[in-house]
Amino acid sequence: MATTTPPAAPAGSATDVPSIDRDTRLALYRQLVRLRRFEERAYRLFQEGLVKGTSHLSLGMEAIAAGVAEALREGDYTFATYRGHAHTLARGVPMEGVMAELLGRANGVCGGKGGSMHLTSVEHGVMGSYAIIGAHLPIATGAAWSSQLRGTEQVTACFFGDGATNIGAFHEALNFAAIWDLPVVFVCENNLWMEYTAIADVTAVEHPAADRAASYGLERIIVDGNDPDAVHLEARRAVDKARTGGGPSLIEALTYRHGGHSRADPGDYRPKEEVEAWLARDPVPMYRQRLLDQGVAADDLDAIETQAQEAVDAATQAARNGPVPDIDSAFTDVWADGGSSWRN
Amino acid sequence: MAELITYREAVSRAIAQEMRRDESVVFLGEDVAAAGGVFKATKGLLDEFGGVRVRDTPISEEAILGAAMGAAMTGMRPIAEIMFSDFLATCWDIVAVEIAKTRYMTAGQTNLPLVIRTANGGGLRFGAQHSQAVENWAMMIPGLKVVAPSNPADLIGLFAAAVRSDDPVMFFEQKSLYPTKGEIPAGEIVDELGTAKVVRKGDDVTVVALASMVPRAVDAAERLQSEHGISAEVIDVRSLVPLDTRTILSSVSRTSRLATVEENPRLCGWGAEVVSIAGEECFWDLDAPLTRITTPHIPLPSSDSLEDEVLPSVQRIVETVAKMTG
Repeated sequence: MATTTPPAAPAGSATDVPSIDRDTRLALYRQLVRLRRFEERAYRLFQEGLVKGTSHLSLGMEAIAAGVAEALREGDYTFATYRGHAHTLARGVPMEGVMAELLGRANGVCGGKGGSMHLTSVEHGVMGSYAIIGAHLPIATGAAWSSQLRGTEQVTACFFGDGATNIGAFHEALNFAAIWDLPVVFVCENNLWMEYTAIADVTAVEHPAADRAASYGLERIIVDGNDPDAVHLEARRAVDKARTGGGPSLIEALTYRHGGHSRADPGDYRPKEEVEAWLARDPVPMYRQRLLDQGVAADDLDAIETQAQEAVDAATQAARNGPVPDIDSAFTDVWADGGSSWRN
Repeated sequence: MAELITYREAVSRAIAQEMRRDESVVFLGEDVAAAGGVFKATKGLLDEFGGVRVRDTPISEEAILGAAMGAAMTGMRPIAEIMFSDFLATCWDIVAVEIAKTRYMTAGQTNLPLVIRTANGGGLRFGAQHSQAVENWAMMIPGLKVVAPSNPADLIGLFAAAVRSDDPVMFFEQKSLYPTKGEIPAGEIVDELGTAKVVRKGDDVTVVALASMVPRAVDAAERLQSEHGISAEVIDVRSLVPLDTRTILSSVSRTSRLATVEENPRLCGWGAEVVSIAGEECFWDLDAPLTRITTPHIPLPSSDSLEDEVLPSVQRIVETVAKMTG
């Protein structure tokens, strides 16, 4: 079985990159902590049986959603996967609506009809979370085509896992985006494991996304996905390129999920030393330390953490108190007229 | 003033009518622009509307329909062509799992005004992989509207309604009908989805047909009248979803007999749903068993003599319906 050690901190690491200002760094930290606290709470609510079905957490991978979202602006589109809590929250979708959706309540962002795997908030540019591997890459391509046609300078960011790189839709979408110069940034979150199988064991190249980029005339981009600064800088470059007519980018961000693939998976198929090595590179404490080293006061960081905890508590309360969906809502929104009728 | 045009010409007329009217309508597919389509049904559109709005794509059906979906969610009204309906199998995830469900899963946050048009059905000796009648694939998925016109005027009118609909519409063009001709009225043509049409009036039996089976059912009705003295009413279903059960059931209640004529293989064809509804809702009006005339449950063979034998023929319709009324 292939094992992959964590990437060494890139030479001249982002620690002292002057192009990320202090406010942005604090925003990144705020986002990281919010996502972390949310996912921890989501896990606890599964254990309590309040979240039914399945769920896929981004614990350990939060720096990617945070770093990319910080590079986007209002009106931009994002497309996420079934592992999409973090990406949804990072675009500014209120935490209450996301938590309530996990609990299947009427005050959820999709009224309880989407669930953990289908979080969507069109008003925030969150165009959906898609649960069929790879399917949303062509759809994100379509959103980018639309903004090109309408001349709006909107950028589309599309997140997906390493496993998606071996499905046809990935390749169809990359080629399509490249030939039409579409303003889309594809972000592969390579956490080294698909579900129970290491991506390296079933892929012809070492870097499942980046090593395929050349096939579509794209730059080979690999970034430390546990470093919010590095992710943010790379995302900013790709987003700027897309916005100014430079076409698509494909970013491979190396990261690791702290837990299993989904709720029922303890993730114990992964080598212990690999897990430990990555846990030692947990993006949240690492980034806190970086900010402390840069002279940010511990009190300021503590305040961010307290706020995040309070926000998660409030969201949990709102979700727990949320009404269950009215049974009539099962029969709405099949069609544009709001109903579900198929005959007269 | 009425004009006689082919079903093939009706396709480009329909697309042009909607593209002239609405800037947000765009058209993409394999070989649709420069080549004018493999069936030459989209000739002239590139010249009139240019390469931004009429676009050739790679052979990437998932990308074509994904692009249409993403564009529809963000303010456009795309028309996507899947060259042969058989190829829908290569992108069925986008159709059945993404496009059909997204409005529902997002509690109505997303709008999906798109049309997927495709050449469907047999009769051209193309063999089992280019001849399937697959409208029932789409019919069984909640969230898709399903249309299959039988003549040029209906094609233009229903296509216009499909483009103007905020719901995704699967638009099945029967490829053996492309050279057939029909009259169209002057001016803009806009029809209504979910409406069946009585194309021949009759009193003894209701024959419900779709697409290429409609002209066969009408021919059969003429022969039933002249050879057997049976008066058959023929209904062109036109739209499977929504389904105009009112028109069908009111006819069946009056004639007391129902036969469907379906190009699809036997199991789970659209007619199975129609007869099941009639069985539940018109049972006490019936004087004969509900009857389905379909292709047998086999892949379609290529040889002309075999294909002609297995597709519902005028002769088979006449014989089957005559027995029902005997």
